[in-house]
Amino acid sequence: MTAKTSFSRRAVMAGAAATLAAPGIAHAQARTLKIGSLLPRSGFFAQAGQSMHRGVLAAPDLLKELGYNVEIVHIDTESNADVARTQAERAINDGCHVLTGAFDSGHTLAIAQVTEQRQIPFVVNVAAAPQITEQGYKYLVRNFQTGGQLVTNGLRLIKDVMDAKGIKFEKAVFLHANDTFGTAQRNAMDAIWPRVNLPIDLAEKIAYDPRAQDLSVEVTKIRALNPDLVMCVTRASDAIKMVRDMVRQRFQPKAIISPGSPGFYDEEFYQALGPLADFVMFGLPWANPKSNMTQAFEKSFAKANPNNRFAVDSFNAGFAFEGMLIAADAFKRAGTTAGPQLMEAVRATNLPEHIMIGGPITFDAKGQNPNIGSALVQNLKRIPTVVLPKDVALAEPVLPLPAWQGRS
Amino acid sequence: MLWSLYGNVLVQGVLTGLVYGLMALGLSVIFGVVRVVNFAHGEFAVVAMYAAFVLFRSFGLDPFLSMLPIAAAFFVIGYGLQRTLINPFVSRPEHEQFILLVGLAIIMVNGTLMIFGPDARSANLPYSFDSWEIGPIILDKVRVYAAIAALAVAALLFAFFRFTSTGVAIRACADNLVGAAVVGLNVKQLYALTFGLGLACVGAAGALMVTLTDATPMIAPAFTLLAFTIVIIGGMGSMAGAIVGGLLIGIAEAMASVVIAPSMKTMVSFGLLVLVLALRPQGLLGRRA
Repeated sequence: MTAKTSFSRRAVMAGAAATLAAPGIAHAQARTLKIGSLLPRSGFFAQAGQSMHRGVLAAPDLLKELGYNVEIVHIDTESNADVARTQAERAINDGCHVLTGAFDSGHTLAIAQVTEQRQIPFVVNVAAAPQITEQGYKYLVRNFQTGGQLVTNGLRLIKDVMDAKGIKFEKAVFLHANDTFGTAQRNAMDAIWPRVNLPIDLAEKIAYDPRAQDLSVEVTKIRALNPDLVMCVTRASDAIKMVRDMVRQRFQPKAIISPGSPGFYDEEFYQALGPLADFVMFGLPWANPKSNMTQAFEKSFAKANPNNRFAVDSFNAGFAFEGMLIAADAFKRAGTTAGPQLMEAVRATNLPEHIMIGGPITFDAKGQNPNIGSALVQNLKRIPTVVLPKDVALAEPVLPLPAWQGRS
Repeated sequence: MLWSLYGNVLVQGVLTGLVYGLMALGLSVIFGVVRVVNFAHGEFAVVAMYAAFVLFRSFGLDPFLSMLPIAAAFFVIGYGLQRTLINPFVSRPEHEQFILLVGLAIIMVNGTLMIFGPDARSANLPYSFDSWEIGPIILDKVRVYAAIAALAVAALLFAFFRFTSTGVAIRACADNLVGAAVVGLNVKQLYALTFGLGLACVGAAGALMVTLTDATPMIAPAFTLLAFTIVIIGGMGSMAGAIVGGLLIGIAEAMASVVIAPSMKTMVSFGLLVLVLALRPQGLLGRRA
């Protein structure tokens, strides 16, 4: 039996029109938001990228509990801005309705150019370079502090801890990596230090090469200056080198505080230094241990990542989750996956209940969340523990830094 | 105060430089004889670091002891690698050798990344954080041990090439390949032995490095670059040149950190490299081609 089929010009035109309209219909009808999570899961930033990825893996369970339907596409930017750009293109071509990412500011800016051109919302979860929200991007929001905010809040917390413990630091040294992040923090420090009026003599700012095999010479230099406060902006491996060389050179400051950088709370820091990892401090946006959502997320995290500690990953994982939450919530309100409408909903976000310390998640005209707070976190028994501000603290800060020798 | 700062920095430069020298020695030995540039040099060093880390974590074996079995294993690997993979490329154009070894390097980096992940791994020895205080000078125990071990390995290698018949035969291959073949030396086997010895040096250096710095897959290219810089400054193919180059880089980087800025120390070693290439292209102890 054969069927004779004939195509009229009108039928072909109608078919073509239907094909062209299909994505629009799909947008309108989509019940699940497809989120592209772009993170540096290999390469130079792999350690942090993997930590954020663990947060992304834990997200769907809790989002489902909260009534959000999302499908997450996991994408590795390989710690390379060019790869980040091409992967963003690919993710959009593969049907992602929103992108989140990207840990590094350079990668974030590369992705932002693509999302702007393609009119797809981009929720920045971690990236501190001020220019990200200063270039007028319409399809970008950032749920993270700028470098300047990180340093300002970090320095304010140093003052708070001095007041809380009645300790006075006479002389400080600022040690920082000379990579993009470290240099941005140094610039922020140059601009902000004179304004915060801390009664401390900032004796020297020392830039180091993050690819250096050790920091022995840098520590020798610091030791010669004999400061009682060492402020530093490091990554995990450099933080290990710094503490290790301080112990070897028997240099004992009153405090080691990072005014806004990673390094001291990574699992590798605890593994490498054991009890010597304790009592260093860092001022950073941090998961609010007293928030109900944080506690719920901790459970999802433990289920998705049974071999990892939430306490250690809570900064990276928390922001990764909040990026997803912002996108999912906007989708629920917009009721569509069409870029412009979805972006409008993202910009109108108002989430009072979330994970990280601070006020409700909202965005200003530039797309920046102005309500993110910072906490002073101290390593106690190899657990990063919030010690300030008092309303979210789980323990009292320990100062001055107990002696390196004799820690068991 | 100032002279104690310079004194400490100088001592650190010398100690670090000796380990750098040992790491570059393997590269120099292989190039000096086989005339193949091992572009996977740093990657082999990192694999050795992980091997020392695993032996320490699993069996509590101190890297200063595990460097011996690791060097032996690397000798076997190097021997086998040369006989199977490298040998067919010895007479082929340099760019083909380059592609082969870079490919090998990429496999090793990604292999270690898959097995160990991106986190830094370190061997925390009971004396990792100990130091000796001699007047104003502070000496890290592990750095001193690593420098002594590096000197010992280098001395053994020098003695092997100088006083054993196999060592003399390898040197003959390096000096005059045709002549060596004419007098009946088994060049293929000597090449494989040399490659094995070169990798054994890298294995020993990697085991020592894990006591000084943490192992991560991504530091491998930096090690390769460092070894190249040292070998070019010291003289390609010169064993003594590798140690001298290592010392020079170690001291120059350390002093530059104090005199100029810590972040500029890499620039100083590359500045030295450019200077040597301009004034003495064969390297400080190298021979003119």
